[in-house]
Amino acid sequence: MKAMTMTQKILAAHAGLESVAAGQLILAKTDMVLGNDITSPVAINEYKKINVKSVFDKDKIALVMDHFAPNKDIQAAQQCKLCRTFSDDNQISNFYDTGDMGVEHALLPEKGLVTSGDIVVGADSHTCTYGALGAFSTGVGSTDMACAMATGKAWFKVPSAICFNLKGKLNSYVSGKDVILHIIGMIGVSGALYKSMEFKGPGLKNLTIDDRLCMANMAIEAGAKNGIFEVDDITKTYLHSVGAKEPVVYKADKNAQYDETYDIDLSTIQSTVAFPHLPENARTFDNIPEIKIDQVVIGSCTNGRLSDLIIAAKIMKGRKVAKRVRTIIIPATQKIYLEAMELGLLKIFIDSGCAVSTPTCGPCLGGHMGILAKGERAVATTNRNFVGRMGHPESEVYLASPEVAAASAILGRIAQPLDVIKKGE
Amino acid sequence: MSVRGKVIKYGNNVDTDVIIPARYLNTTDKQQLASHCMEDIDNTFVKRVQKGDIMVAGKNFGCGSSREHAPIAIKESGISLVIAKDFARIFYRNSINIGLPIIECAEASEQINEGDEVEADFEKGIIINHTQNREYRIEPFPEFIRKIINAGGLIEAVNKGMLND
Ligand code: SF4
Repeated sequence: MKAMTMTQKILAAHAGLESVAAGQLILAKTDMVLGNDITSPVAINEYKKINVKSVFDKDKIALVMDHFAPNKDIQAAQQCKLCRTFSDDNQISNFYDTGDMGVEHALLPEKGLVTSGDIVVGADSHTCTYGALGAFSTGVGSTDMACAMATGKAWFKVPSAICFNLKGKLNSYVSGKDVILHIIGMIGVSGALYKSMEFKGPGLKNLTIDDRLCMANMAIEAGAKNGIFEVDDITKTYLHSVGAKEPVVYKADKNAQYDETYDIDLSTIQSTVAFPHLPENARTFDNIPEIKIDQVVIGSCTNGRLSDLIIAAKIMKGRKVAKRVRTIIIPATQKIYLEAMELGLLKIFIDSGCAVSTPTCGPCLGGHMGILAKGERAVATTNRNFVGRMGHPESEVYLASPEVAAASAILGRIAQPLDVIKKGE
Repeated sequence: MSVRGKVIKYGNNVDTDVIIPARYLNTTDKQQLASHCMEDIDNTFVKRVQKGDIMVAGKNFGCGSSREHAPIAIKESGISLVIAKDFARIFYRNSINIGLPIIECAEASEQINEGDEVEADFEKGIIINHTQNREYRIEPFPEFIRKIINAGGLIEAVNKGMLND
């Protein structure tokens, strides 16, 4: 039997095959099918054309109203209504709307809906986030979602993989976001096209679940089919804490073939910023001139988690955001919002002059809640900085960690955390 | 199956945010989507595109979001085929699933110019550039994908029982 990567093992198991090889086309069973308020309406319309009486499993579908919710206009309201009706008609157990929704990729792990060894398909490109938990998860389109809702299956071309062998430990005020921006800067936005990015090595134990979720989230920004982390005690402890199903642990074979292997020493990673208009335009602060900014956004499925808010609040505490910098904080889920409130973070943000929003994707995709005007610049903890992503086609988005975003909000320019905080803080 | 048309050409990394900006995603109406196709990088596209035209681009076409609205907008605007050096993977599968023909061909992607008259024959596996008098061989689709295409898309393939055990 051929040696397999971690991803290949999960795919083989779900296709009922003893082994699979890169390039092979397979049909695999799905453990969770996800859609949001933009992609689900298209999927629901397609689903209705399929000759089935019911969805394959009402407990294995999640519909999250997060992009334009709370409904930003009449059309968005119509789209959410369509999803709501569909969920009611099909008794979908995991339907999340305003009041209990969060940004989908922060929400599903938190609700314990994904576990190691699962296959998750989602009509959203950042579905790759759950690779942090040792699942094979990947973004698909609405037609795929429709067919998966009907049949519980999806077709895949088995990917080859790139191995990232991590060692060492991150410095303070450097986090998973800096690692993944560094990697995308190194391999480019199509550097992992059609491939898996497998993360392993002794450095894993120094990466929190939030670091991993952030890194797997941006695998798609390197063109990857999925990003996946080897499962360890940190994964298992997290899955246990959220009440997820018992993990099924797959490990790459020792002699698995990788197209490339990169050794990355986490202690060498510095604060990194991706310049417009591609996530691969990564720069460190030795190469960043003074750039004035108009807006800061801290949130999204990449960096809207509690640890992101904790570190941002730590940097902002007792300081004011710079004049004319609109700083928008969006906790990614209701639970995170509540915890941030209980920890007093929201007060710190509001005292600093930030706006704090209910969970939503909002400005991340230029939807609502913080759109940029012509010529404006934003530092955002989101994952994409394409032309027009946050508003006007001539606006600019600089992608960064919550640490850099918070420091930039205070100084009104793209800044590193150490420009703001005192030594030893 | 073959298609023929005039070429509209773009560069590398054409992302789904420029193919159809998110601000227009509050609808699933195909024609409305098509009426904003490419507008953030080329606001002349909608006016000049004609039925049958062929879009040619560089590497990583369709990168970014999973929105099926992107290939839908391109297909609905009248484009009969997209040729690129390579495609972002979700865009690739979405195109196949909805029946928008796409071809990966590095040489054609480089050499074909804006305005060229181009023909592609999928059965024969050939692209002909009538303006430049050049031909390119293309890889036939694997059997599995050909089945989806021949069925007329993934939904039809499912209805025909192709995804049953
Ligand atoms: S936060 Fe941004 S990247 Fe994440 S799901 Fe929402 S729109 Fe997509």
